[in-house]
Amino acid sequence: MLLSHKYRNTILSYAGRICFKQMDSSARPISQHCFRFRQSAARLIAALCLLLPALQAQDWVKTGTNMGVEKARLAVPDFKASSTDPQNSALQKTFNDTLWNDLDNSGVVELVSKSFYPLQVPGDPSEVTFPAWNAPPPNAAMMAFGNLGATGGNLTVKGWLFDVKNTASPQVLGKQYSDKATDEAARQIAHKFADEIIYRLGGGIAGIAESKIFFVSDRSGHKEIWVMDYDGSNQQQLTHLGSISLSPRPSPDGSRVAFSSLTKSGWEIMMYSLDLNRMVSFPRYNGTNLSPSWSPDGTKLAFSSSRGGESEIYLADASGGAPHRLTSKGPDVSPNWNRKTSAQIAYVSGSTGLPQVYTMEADGTNQQRMTDQGYAVSPSWSPNGQFLTLAWVRKYGPGEPGSRDIYLMDIASKQWVQLTHDGGRNDSPSWSPDGRHIVFQSSRSGSEQIWMMLADGTKTRQLTFTGHNSQPNWSWK
Amino acid sequence: MNRTSSDLECTHFWGPQGRNNVKSKSLKWFTLVLALSAIMMLGACKKKAAPPPPPPPPAPPSPTASLSVDPTSIDKGQSATLSWQTTNATDVSIDGIGAVQPNGSQQVSPADSTTYHLTAKGAGGTQEATARLTVNAPPPPPPPAASASDEQLFSQNVKDVYFDYDKSDLRSDQQSSIQADMLFLNQHPNVNFTIEGHCDERGSTEYNLALGDQRASSVKNALTAGGINASRIKTISYGKEKPFCTESNEACWQQNRRGHFVYQK
Repeated sequence: MLLSHKYRNTILSYAGRICFKQMDSSARPISQHCFRFRQSAARLIAALCLLLPALQAQDWVKTGTNMGVEKARLAVPDFKASSTDPQNSALQKTFNDTLWNDLDNSGVVELVSKSFYPLQVPGDPSEVTFPAWNAPPPNAAMMAFGNLGATGGNLTVKGWLFDVKNTASPQVLGKQYSDKATDEAARQIAHKFADEIIYRLGGGIAGIAESKIFFVSDRSGHKEIWVMDYDGSNQQQLTHLGSISLSPRPSPDGSRVAFSSLTKSGWEIMMYSLDLNRMVSFPRYNGTNLSPSWSPDGTKLAFSSSRGGESEIYLADASGGAPHRLTSKGPDVSPNWNRKTSAQIAYVSGSTGLPQVYTMEADGTNQQRMTDQGYAVSPSWSPNGQFLTLAWVRKYGPGEPGSRDIYLMDIASKQWVQLTHDGGRNDSPSWSPDGRHIVFQSSRSGSEQIWMMLADGTKTRQLTFTGHNSQPNWSWK
Repeated sequence: MNRTSSDLECTHFWGPQGRNNVKSKSLKWFTLVLALSAIMMLGACKKKAAPPPPPPPPAPPSPTASLSVDPTSIDKGQSATLSWQTTNATDVSIDGIGAVQPNGSQQVSPADSTTYHLTAKGAGGTQEATARLTVNAPPPPPPPAASASDEQLFSQNVKDVYFDYDKSDLRSDQQSSIQADMLFLNQHPNVNFTIEGHCDERGSTEYNLALGDQRASSVKNALTAGGINASRIKTISYGKEKPFCTESNEACWQQNRRGHFVYQK
């Protein structure tokens, strides 16, 4: 346990960063896996420990991936107008806001506050004055800048990424985009440019600005499947079944969404084609069929079915053919594939009482219990294959006020850290394609809504506000 | 109605004069007079209050009458409003009610369907109007309890089964409900039904659906073990999707952890 009392004293005796060697080796592909906390936070925790021993159970120390790594200081002056079209100011605002948010959300750069910028900002390379940017107060290492303008209904965006410390050969990236002069096009171009920057500054891992989040919303009066951009914009209803539809899971190639819906014959796995924008047929299994999960190669679906009596994990072709049972003592639900190896499946089993998270090989062998107590559900396997995120009530039962929070678990060591601490019921965590973010549902605002955060629990941000929204699931790319 | 009758009056007054002119005068005169008379006709039609034209004096206008009832259909014991309007009438009466004012309304509450008949007499003649009020027979008295429908008996006799949290096995204190259910269902072998499995709001959506499925199956298994034919029973899980009670406390959660019986029509 990363947060055991034994460790706490050690943690408090340090200021700055602490790296756990044990997790370090396994976590290296994301970054060094480090603890970092501010002196003030340490003092606060120390004070709590001394004064209120009873509150110890609620102490926590911020931890996670990517912490303690120097992030590049990136300046992003607003893109300038390159024409005199009256549409420009609206397009500029959309583009500049979207680009800033994408870079801010990425977790790979430290944005230099705009209040430090010189009065004259560049719109193209000839206007860059290096000393004004690479020295304090901005002290930027990198700068993204450019211009955009509408001409005759078309929008042209030119963007550059400069290494402003390298005045001899500063250009890292130069891009030009053209599309229709619409708000949506300005937003999508900003996402594309942000992903180019994040790819170069984030260790070669593609950004997520163009990714989608699928979710359940009741805002139409029924629980239907919806989709939105990763930043919460562009929310659209996909299904109109007028029943209860749950657990949307986009296919790895982004062509389909599998989900579960209440039909006349009970809960069945359903399939929506994102290419055809309509439902496509899928076999009916009878019984209660829930929580589909795509194998990373897109050829198989794992799901939960009670067609044989108890709810068990089944495996079928992507077309629904040849379903066969993998587990034998349930109730078992919520399978989730190892996205790195395609060889293991995490799932939830109530076979020993309260539901716990397990892993097994994709043929059903080698079932391993991962959680030691409480009520543990909704596992999601990280893209690098080394972590599970899950929803966990560590102390669960009548009279137990335990909250349901999102946790991160290192699979090899079963060590865990708590990522959410802000109250409410938190559930359904799902990893972003870059492994740096987690989207989840939370009731912390008073109703079930969708939130996202960095995988270290920071930069929490609410994405939905209308109706009740739940069970977010991130696209694979 | 008023407008139509005014037009008719005008034609009646001025028609004969126009025809005399045609006989004695030239076509030019005819056109002129026709135009003049048309202008005067228009004037007469628009201004009803205008003084009558020169002789011959008008014949007394014939009376008009209308009669309506709202609503046109009532249940026995209810009442409806009878309304009437007449013009140019001095003596207005309705059969069964007697003499009434030229315009008015009255509540009526007949025991049977009735056709009301209004007679309006005036210097210009007599006009009649009728309105029909239908009185529906009262609904038949509720059947005696002995012949209650299977559905009513089902809801009166079949008891839901409640569960402990995160459990799907039958609690010992629920056995009496199961026994009562079995007794009724064995006595009514034609009744088919659905067992819905429900859960409280805690826990995950997906796990609760599986748990609700187990609860419904658990009740079904107890019934089939007691001799109820499995083909009569459908099961479905609602998980925490359709709670009976929406507060966040144990009393409410217990209400939501249940196997709920629904009569299948």
